[in-house]
Amino acid sequence: MSETVSANTRPNALSAWPDMRGRFGEYGGRFVAETLMPLILELEDAYKAARSDPAFKAEMDLFLKDYVGKPSPVYFAERLTEEFGGAQVWLKRDELNHTGSHKINNCLGQVLLARRMGKTRIIAETGAGQHGVATATVAARFGIPCTVFMGATDVERQAPNVFRMKLLGAQVVPVTSGTGTLKDAMNEALRDWVTNVKDTFYVIGTVAGPHPYPAMVRDFQSIIGREARAQMTERLGRLPDACVACIGGGSNAMGLFHPFIEDEDVRLIGVEAAGLGVETGKHAASLKGGKPGILHGNRTYLLQDDDGQIIDAHSISAGLDYPGIGPEHAFLHDMKRAEYVSATDDEALEMFQLCTRLEGIIPALEPAHALARVRDLAKELGSDGIILMNMCGRGDKDVPQVAAKLGVEL
Amino acid sequence: MTNRLTTRFAELSAYDRAGFVAYMMAGDGDSQALLDALPGAGADVIELGMPFTDPMADGPAIQASALRALEAGMTLRGTLAQAAQFRKRDKETPIVLMGYANPIHHMGWEKFAKAAGKAGVDGLICVDIPPEEDDELRAALGRQGIALIRLATPTTDDRRLATVVANTSGFVYYVSTTGVTGAGSGAVTEVGEAVDRVKRASGLPVAVGFGVKEPDQAAAIARCADAVVVGSAIVDAMHSGGVAGAAELVKRLSSAVHAARR
Ligand SMILES: Cc1ncc(COP(=O)(O)O)c(C=O)c1O
Repeated sequence: MSETVSANTRPNALSAWPDMRGRFGEYGGRFVAETLMPLILELEDAYKAARSDPAFKAEMDLFLKDYVGKPSPVYFAERLTEEFGGAQVWLKRDELNHTGSHKINNCLGQVLLARRMGKTRIIAETGAGQHGVATATVAARFGIPCTVFMGATDVERQAPNVFRMKLLGAQVVPVTSGTGTLKDAMNEALRDWVTNVKDTFYVIGTVAGPHPYPAMVRDFQSIIGREARAQMTERLGRLPDACVACIGGGSNAMGLFHPFIEDEDVRLIGVEAAGLGVETGKHAASLKGGKPGILHGNRTYLLQDDDGQIIDAHSISAGLDYPGIGPEHAFLHDMKRAEYVSATDDEALEMFQLCTRLEGIIPALEPAHALARVRDLAKELGSDGIILMNMCGRGDKDVPQVAAKLGVEL
Repeated sequence: MTNRLTTRFAELSAYDRAGFVAYMMAGDGDSQALLDALPGAGADVIELGMPFTDPMADGPAIQASALRALEAGMTLRGTLAQAAQFRKRDKETPIVLMGYANPIHHMGWEKFAKAAGKAGVDGLICVDIPPEEDDELRAALGRQGIALIRLATPTTDDRRLATVVANTSGFVYYVSTTGVTGAGSGAVTEVGEAVDRVKRASGLPVAVGFGVKEPDQAAAIARCADAVVVGSAIVDAMHSGGVAGAAELVKRLSSAVHAARR
């Protein structure tokens, strides 16, 4: 959506995808039930119009600054750098955003768009609850009724966020269908949308779903990379050697990567959740352990069995516990523009504690995964290297779960 | 393209009768026995559900049915095998497979189309592949004489309808309500108008489904559509009353549909 391209032309820059069909190479597209097709076509038109409307941009900018707290700083993590013994580790502090994660960058954009379109009801799916909280927050601010679908399993492991959403006035619907996790929450949100087509806007929380969602969510999240690129240039007079981010559906990673895509010397590294280990089958590493398939509106890498049935993801982090990945990541993976690695539950737990102790920053379990690979990369790049990692969320929400894992009773 | 679907709808039209389309899930209970019993119970067309883990256009009844089928070990290959088994004994009743893209995509469009052709399948409804995305699949099915059946819905306006009915064959499935399978159906007068619109645009028979449960309701729709589809109610009857219970329901529904225009 970044450039206008005709249906048959391939965008000539990597950053200019998707094409007119909403494809990133052979990934993406619009695989939805017919009932939803007119809605996503309407959304695409509305988004295009909003993008080029200075009034929309001005409203976004104002709320990003005064309500979300943008820009978030980049921070030199000196003690982690020392600990890892190699490249400088810099953190993009998106965990300082209002509501504690990057999710609000996107929610703000989509809710403002929903208002422009005259929609009077918001729905969202959530895994860790961060996207649900961010959506409920912005919906509260604009006085729009909000319903959040959340897998019953996640309702249990993210209890503080469930209560937060309720305080914010959202209705939280625990989803017991399927296996009661993020993918089922997304199914249920789609079922709601297909039923309430006239008044409802579906705020998808990651760079997945049918076109235009992957491009639109990326655009709203690209503020992460745009700010960081300018901040690193200003502070160090050069770009980082590598940008690193964790990947659930891939929105914080895409938001960090996108403004660097044309900077060929900057490595882009996405960290998937390896759960108990990719070899155990209990993981959420769609690129490493999955195959291309079709789910939730787009063609992308999915965890699936020999019959094309979706396999449940596993991760200690509810926010990474998704059997797919945004189509643009699938594309960047195949084009070899970005590298994709993984980190296990145990590594994330270890990094959660390390970062807290050394930097006084409690990371969410999601970015704690990224930190595990930053540790290796720091050694690999050596002391001349510079790594920029997206600290996309704070770990307050994970404290009860981590305590339980460590055998501490609160 | 003439296949069993075209022939069947022509027969129904010659008798000025609406058709009854029975949906069932492959692999949920003794599905082979139900499949074999459906024509005798009055089904003019059979929609054979292909179970999928993430049926996002289906309501609770069909979701649960799909999970039971998968739990019992049903696969896409297994579904095709049931169709093939049925086809050995019944050469006339059209079978339309209905399900989601991923298992088909995983097998490969071409390979699936060939296997379905060999199994004696006549049509496919793939819920999450809209016209914008179906060219490869449609071409592969076309080579086997299998119709790719499209869905029209209350959100399909006139401009969009032209896209929906372009390059389609067999019949058009009109989803009478915005919602998932098993939810309440649309008001009959609105359905009648929509069916006329779709018929005019497509020149094809129109089957109406989603939310039809009772014989009266089915009969009312049979007066304004070429065929009536019932799914969730049959799936529920199969789960609670087995093959006999489901066949009994199909008899009541199909009798009501067949008698509706008299
Ligand atoms: C803090 C945090 N990071 C990352 C994610 C994963 O999402 P994404 O990959 O879209 O950034 C989540 C999702 O809930 C999250 O809460």
